[in-house]
Order: sequence, then C-alpha cells, then structure tokens
Amino acid sequence: MDFNLTEDRQMLADSLNRYLGDKYPVEHRNAVAYDLPCHDDGKWAELAELGALFALSPESAGGFGGTGFDIAVVFEALGRTLCPEPMLGAAMAARILTALQLDQEALLSGAAKYAVALAEVDAPYDLQAMECSAVAQGDGHVLTGRKTSVYGGQVADIFLVAAMLDGAPALFEVQAAAAQVVGYPMMDGAGAAELLLDGTPAQLLAANAGAIISDAVNAGIVALCAEAVGVMDVVHATTVDYLKTRKQFGVPIGKFQVLQHRAVDMLTEIEQARSITIKAASELGGPQAGRFASMAKNMIGRAGRLVAEEAIQMHGGIAMTWEYPVSHYAKRLVMLDAQLGDTDYHLSRIMADLAA
Amino acid sequence: MDLSFSENDIAFRDEVRSYLADNLPTAMTEAVRKGGELTKEMMEDWHVILQRKGWLATIWPKEYGGPGWTPVQRHIFEEECCRAYAPRIVPFGLNMLGPVLIEFGTQAQKDYYLPRILSGEDWWCQGYSEPGAGSDLASLKTRAVRDGDHWVINGQKTWTTLGQHADKIFCLCRTDAEAKQQQGISFILVDMNTPGIEVRPIRLIEGGHEVNEVFFTDVRVPVENLVGEENKGWTIAKFLLTHERTGIAGVGFSMQSLEEVKALARKMRRGGKRLIDDPLFAARIAQAEVDLEAMKITNLRMLFKAQQQGAPGPETSILKIKGTVIHQELKDLARRALGPVAAPFPGYLAEGNIMFGPDGTEHNAARYFNNRKTSIFGGSNEIQRNILSKAALEL
Repeated sequence: MDFNLTEDRQMLADSLNRYLGDKYPVEHRNAVAYDLPCHDDGKWAELAELGALFALSPESAGGFGGTGFDIAVVFEALGRTLCPEPMLGAAMAARILTALQLDQEALLSGAAKYAVALAEVDAPYDLQAMECSAVAQGDGHVLTGRKTSVYGGQVADIFLVAAMLDGAPALFEVQAAAAQVVGYPMMDGAGAAELLLDGTPAQLLAANAGAIISDAVNAGIVALCAEAVGVMDVVHATTVDYLKTRKQFGVPIGKFQVLQHRAVDMLTEIEQARSITIKAASELGGPQAGRFASMAKNMIGRAGRLVAEEAIQMHGGIAMTWEYPVSHYAKRLVMLDAQLGDTDYHLSRIMADLAA
Repeated sequence: MDLSFSENDIAFRDEVRSYLADNLPTAMTEAVRKGGELTKEMMEDWHVILQRKGWLATIWPKEYGGPGWTPVQRHIFEEECCRAYAPRIVPFGLNMLGPVLIEFGTQAQKDYYLPRILSGEDWWCQGYSEPGAGSDLASLKTRAVRDGDHWVINGQKTWTTLGQHADKIFCLCRTDAEAKQQQGISFILVDMNTPGIEVRPIRLIEGGHEVNEVFFTDVRVPVENLVGEENKGWTIAKFLLTHERTGIAGVGFSMQSLEEVKALARKMRRGGKRLIDDPLFAARIAQAEVDLEAMKITNLRMLFKAQQQGAPGPETSILKIKGTVIHQELKDLARRALGPVAAPFPGYLAEGNIMFGPDGTEHNAARYFNNRKTSIFGGSNEIQRNILSKAALEL
C-alpha cells in the first residue's frame, strides 16, 4: 500500500502545475474560454511538450503512462487552473486507439486534435440505443445522425464516432473536414460541438465496440473526477482564505462557528471524493472499472455541487461576479456533473449491481 | 500509488482469518450478529482466546506483551474481526490505560497493572465525563485532595461504559482548583471496591444497560495511584485521544451493516417484489455503499499517513465525522427494511417462544437507537469539526 505518487508522476504533476500556474492564469483562461475556439494553440503545443498528452497512453502505444493514475495527474493539474483545453477528447481517444492498437503519434504529439462523439440529443448518457447509424458504402461506410456535446469538437481534426452498425454500437473515424461541425462555448467556458452527419464518409475502426466505448468512458470519468478534485481543492482553499480575511461585525467571518463547520464539511466531502477517485483510477482497465467509475462519478457529482454552492454562499455576493474566479470554478464543478453521466445516472448503475 | 496490501500483509491477513475461523466460538458470532448485549463472560472469554495467541493488546509494543504490529496490520486485524463477527475488544484497559501507563507510568505501575490487564484480572473503566463536563471536559469538577498518603476524591463521573463489570477506574480529577482549567487536572487510578464508591446504572434510550454513573464520596486512594505528574493529567487525556482513534472510522462495522442491510432487503418484499428491487430503497443502499467505499480509501490514506509520520494528524477527525454518519445511515436502513417487524421491544419475543423477522433481526430498532451514540461519544462530531477547523483549516 502506497498513497504517494511515483517520482515520475510527481514530476509531471509539478511541471504541469508550474506551467499552468505561470502561463495559464485565470485572466488568460477567461480570455480563452467562453468564446470560440475556446482553445490556445500555442499553449496546447507547450502542454504537449511537457508530456500532458504522452501521459495518456502506455509505452506500447508511444506514450509514457496510460494508467488511471497518469490520467488523474494530468487532469487534476488542469482542474487547478480551470484549463479549458480539449484534453478530455484526447484522453478518451487515446484509450480507444490504444485498445485498437492504432497509430496515435499525431494525437500524442499534439499535431492532431481528437474528439470522441458518443452522446445524442435525446439520450445523452445512453450508449446502447443510439440513433446515429452506419451503412456500408463502397470501400467504407457513411454515417447519418446527430452527435451532441462532443467535448473539444469545436477544434477537433478527427472525430471518433459511435454509431449503430448491424444492431450494435461501432466506432468510426470521421475527418472534421468531411462533416458539419457546429462549435460553441459551454456555460463553464470550455468548448464543444454538435456533429451533424448526413451520409458522411467514415472509416470503420471497430464493430461491436461496446466494451471499448465503456473503457473510454471509464477513463473519461477518471479524468473528470480528478479534474473536479483539482477544482475543489482550489475552491476550498480560496474559501478558507476568504473566511480569514473578510471582516463583518468587526471580526473575520471565519470566527463564526456556523461557517467553520461548513468549511469542515466541504473538506470532508472533498477528501471522500479524492478517495473514491483514487479507487476508480486504480481499477481502470480492470473487471470492476465500470462499478468504481460510477461510484466516483456519483460522489463527485454530489461533492462538486456542495462545494460549488457552499463556496458561493460563504463568499456572498462577490462570488456571484464574473470578475471573482470562484464563480468560474463553481460553474465548472456544477457543469462537470452532466458530462459522461450525472450523479443520478451513475447511482442507478450501482443499483443495478444490487439487484443482481 | 498502490492500493493493494503487501505480500506480508496478505499472509498476515490469512493468518488472522484462519485463527478466527478455528478459535472464534459460534455462540459468540451469533450473539454479535444478533446485536444484543454480550455477557461479561463472553467478552472475557474472547480476550482469553486472543491473549493465547498474543493478539490481545494490539497497540502495545512487543516488550510489554503486545504483538508489535504496524498500523496496517492492526487495521487488517480489526477488519478481519468484523468480517468474522467477533466481539469487540473491551478497550478501556487494553487500548486506553495500557498505552498511558507505558508512556507515563512508573516502573512499579507498569509491573503491577499491565500483566493484570493482559490476564483479565482487572477490568478497567473510564472516569472522564461528568454531568457538567461533556464536550467541555476540562471543566470537570470531581476533586482529589491530598491528605497524607492518600488522595481523597469527591464528585461524580458519568457515561461510564461497562462500569458495572469493572474492578478499577481511571479518573481525571481536579487537584488544583486555583489553576487554569486544563492545568489543575490529574490522572488517578482507583479501585472500584474502595469504600465511598457507588455505581448506578443508566438505562439507555433502547432500554439497555451499557453505561453508568459513578459517585465518589470521601474515597481514599493511595498517593502512588497518581499517573504522571500532579496537575499534568490533561496531557495524558490528550495523549489518550490519539489512541482512541484506532479504527475510529468503524469501516469494518459498517461493512458488516451493509451486508446485513443487503441481506434484509433481499428477503423482505414490498409491492410484490424484493425490497432491494424497489428503486427508492435501492438508491439509499447504493448511496451508502458509495460513501462507504470512499471511506475505506480515506481510512487507508490516513493509516498510510500515520504510518509514515508516526502519529495520526487532525484529519483523522474526518474519519470520525463521516464514519459514524455512514454507520448510522446503515443502521437506519436496517430498521427501515424491517419496518414494523423491527418494532417489538427486545427480549419479549426473542428469548424463547417466537422469532420476529428473518434470522433474529428483531434487535434492529434497538441497534438504530443505540447507535445514535457514535456521533456523540469520543468527542462529538461537532467537537471534531472544531478540531478540524482549528488544526487543519487554521480558522
């Protein structure tokens, strides 16, 4: 048993934290976020140079990481500075390309940006009964349907798309240039796209890809949970600082026990969330990965909302302003719940295990 | 990061598991499963079984007769005991006074008392809380006044757990009424057979007799029964707090309770289907299970930190706050799973004629009520929040 990061992962965490702290401060972040393309190409290249992308895949696939803990290190650092770069798509795509033993040099070097298109408008969490479908045509296939909430899709070069083929979910590669991509910034500042497919040419990567899709989703969940832990750490530290400095009734408001106890309750939930994220990261790729990913996402959803709402409430009006960074962190925490299955969706998955 | 136990720890776990399988009597596990009160004999027999293997004083160093375990081994031992439905070790002599004497006692005190704790000759209880001193323990008023070779003690202790079985009590007494609160307190050992001591039972919410009031009227205690220095008892009380924290999260007990709730929800039916297939109830179980899975890791993280740093930090208060709430939630679910079947007053139906509910689960309402105590004792959850606020957040 060892809860320390390995030396390599600690170095990666340190260098990402340092880089993002220096080069991606909240002013720059807010300038990049909320407006297309929600992306800074120069910073993306520098993040790639630091190894943020190589950490997402194992050595056998050209990276130097690829475990749940590697993914967690990268995303916790991104969370700390609320970095809006399209890393989630990269992490999930790397997972798929690794599983299929496909070349991913362009992804890992940062030369090509990938996005993974799973969700659909009417049933964003449901990957078993998609409407988007594929038919064989010539040497390849064409896809028809609409994919929604494709994170990072607004700047993606390549989409990995889930569509039904012969009654089962399959994975395809679609070039951005071949499809209609409608990009938009989201409430939390990062970018996404709607992918409109209408007889769009696609290359089949894997038929019967249910297991590969689940694994990519599990990896995405570990990434999101780790990101949330990073966000929550910053929000909590900022709130506690504020309690020490903001004076009302002649004393720092942190002297009031009602606020002290609420700050402690935030800490307790954050530590629980960190714990279950560690567990999900350690199980990624194993037989229990889905179960623990669901547990983590369920708890992160609850803890994230609590931390966001309590931080705003305990700050008071200042955290309602665009200018004060906590407002942006709070938005990220709340909106993150809706990515890859929210807290209720994942609870029902755990309930399904109970009935067995 | 590596969440798995080492090969040595796994071998140790297997050893514990097989010793428990071979030596833990079925009568004991059944009594624990039922959740009623255990007899004094049962608790003493269990201690003898553990001491035979040298596993009784789990936190004592080897030289004093402990097994010399690491924190991880202690954790494994506690978890395996819960898994096997073993009785709890009665903590007062073994986990509380023992470490205090080892740290603060004179050679004569160690030589005399420690072997008697191990052999079961002395059953200790704890004289801390008073009617006017609960969370604010340092405001305690029980007086010990020096009179020649004796301390003369007057006052009242309360919430004295299993004091009805005890031969001896360790007390915090005020020995300097002029000094500031924490500075006038001493730690004194008292024989329960001394004239002037009266033990009165306190009947608890569910009807059980677990705790007592202990009254002291001109109780004369030899001066050599002082532990550590006069007026330095608060230091010992604080030291003890760190030892009370082993297993504070109660993860093993919560795992027991979770399995119990699941088993009940599979047996009970509602609306023509199993209760566990009822989405509202299943959601409650699932939520508690998520919280408990996280707690398991939080517990291991703190254990790992304690092992690295040599002592548990203030963050262990998180274990108390969250661990007790999770356990209480599971007890609530067990009670709710049974509904009216958990209602009969304990003892009326269980002993003899008919059993209520599946497999003697009729104690579940009593257990729910009894377990409301866990968020109150050992420093209430509000006191734990004060500790975290000050020590971890520096507010």
